[in-house]
Amino acid sequence: MITQLTAAEIAEQLQAKKLSAREVTEAFLSRIDSENPNYNAYLTVDAEGALAAADQAQTQLDSGNASPLCGVPVALKDNISTKGLRTTCASKIIENYIPPFDATTTSILKDQGCIILGKTNLDEFAMGTTNENSAFGPVNNPWDPERAPGGSSGGSAVAVSAELAPLSLGSDTGGSIRFPAALCGVVGFKPTYGRVSRYGLVAFASSLDQIGPFGKTVEDTALLAQAISGHDPLDSTSLPNAKINIANLKSGSVKGLKLGLPDELFGPEIDDQVREVFELAADTLVRQGAEVRRISLPSIKFGVTTYYIIAPAEASSNLARFDGVRFGPRIKADGHIETFMATRGELFGPEVKLRIMVGTYALSSGYYDAYYHRAQQVRGLMTSEFEKAYQDLDYIISPTSPIVAPPLGGITDQIALKALDLCTIPANMGGFPSISIPCGLAYDLPVGFQLTGPIMGDEKMLQDSFAIEQAFGRDYRRPPIL
Amino acid sequence: MSEAIINLMSISLDEVRNVAQLARLELSESELMSFQTQLNSLLGHFEDIQHLDVTGLPAKPHAVAMQNVFAADKVHISLPRDAALANSAETKAGLFIVPTIIEE
Repeated sequence: MITQLTAAEIAEQLQAKKLSAREVTEAFLSRIDSENPNYNAYLTVDAEGALAAADQAQTQLDSGNASPLCGVPVALKDNISTKGLRTTCASKIIENYIPPFDATTTSILKDQGCIILGKTNLDEFAMGTTNENSAFGPVNNPWDPERAPGGSSGGSAVAVSAELAPLSLGSDTGGSIRFPAALCGVVGFKPTYGRVSRYGLVAFASSLDQIGPFGKTVEDTALLAQAISGHDPLDSTSLPNAKINIANLKSGSVKGLKLGLPDELFGPEIDDQVREVFELAADTLVRQGAEVRRISLPSIKFGVTTYYIIAPAEASSNLARFDGVRFGPRIKADGHIETFMATRGELFGPEVKLRIMVGTYALSSGYYDAYYHRAQQVRGLMTSEFEKAYQDLDYIISPTSPIVAPPLGGITDQIALKALDLCTIPANMGGFPSISIPCGLAYDLPVGFQLTGPIMGDEKMLQDSFAIEQAFGRDYRRPPIL
Repeated sequence: MSEAIINLMSISLDEVRNVAQLARLELSESELMSFQTQLNSLLGHFEDIQHLDVTGLPAKPHAVAMQNVFAADKVHISLPRDAALANSAETKAGLFIVPTIIEE
């Protein structure tokens, strides 16, 4: 079945003319049609646009001069702008917003002949850990539909996991790619900050946001990372040598890898069975010649606090643009301020309002130094601890998530929910590349193995991840329900 | 310092109302009370970094620091006016309509 293939296999068969772009696109559209109601992974499906793109891609493929991913379908998180195709951020405040331009990642994918199948569900404005904050309902995890897929890119993780797309894009501000990748048994990669353009990504916390790929395998993920990376003059934080080149992807080895496991990411927060699966996976790598060292990075324990000050502070500023004037519906009130307040009060969801409140408070006069400035100092401290560790180590490793997929509605405590970002936050703080690779099952649910590496180490990370994935094997990747 | 911590940790309903005003969010009384509880719980949790000695540590505002990124001084085709207005709730004669700010 086409939908069971990896993106690399689909690409190969397209280039070899064993499959047509239309055949592939129709296979996924038909599966989305029948299965998406069970998962709520897609908020918008663009069948017409996808089929037209497939025919164009076929022309490129027939010319013999097509990009590696030409004709391969991709799903985009619904905070990545798509010209002429509704982009909601899973929020009522821009429920019917039709972007007049493409994000740079979107236009790159179109140029390379990728087929955009549709837009995936997320926590409203990417604010959440379980994807339960969407204004359009939660997403169901294919490993157990009663459980959450993780957030905030839950729809993109489930699209790949449930075979509703061979590839997808998400955004990662505090773990929003890697966390749902771990909970859904797929690979999720956050590149070094600045290697993928943020132009056209609806901003949540600009100093932390990064677009990145999901795939069934490291190879698929790397192919998409290569495609979307590159310098973009439209993003002033885009790095000069941003292009990720994966020519040497398959020439890495586990032997000789130096891995550091911080005590702060392997304490009592980690579920016992998750810990066991992770230890078995680490042992597998040690048997193949890797070295695992227990280390301490003390400032990690302040990561969640630091993140939940910096991210809301930036969000409170970024989300000021949603006022009912240029986009979205308007709730009319007496004056102009009252109109902004009525519109925002009525149409933002509770978690978004909470974070705007936290951010506004942290930036307000009298509290700025105690919260925002201090959090930035801790961010610097944490980053330098990681940088120092990289002088002796290739990667910092840990479970991606302290727990397996929780039941929908199972975690109601705000602090407990936010504490789940413990392992993923540091990479965003330092801008480091970070990847989650499935490494086994606990309670019959997927567990992710996370590697975080030095700035610009993306190529090596993907290469080493490919070798690590071979060591782990891929037998446990497919949800039994499929 | 200890006094500052105590002040930081307890937010009154009036302060919540003021923050909501600053954030341009109209909130019902029950929302205000709920946010008061949640803010106090979150800010209580944030207390951990108040005890950390950060004297002399530089603030890090960016993931990867960059300086002086300039765009070439060239004319580009910008968004057509119709496209820029297309998503607005109210427009007239090629302009966004906003609530009256200055009375006649």
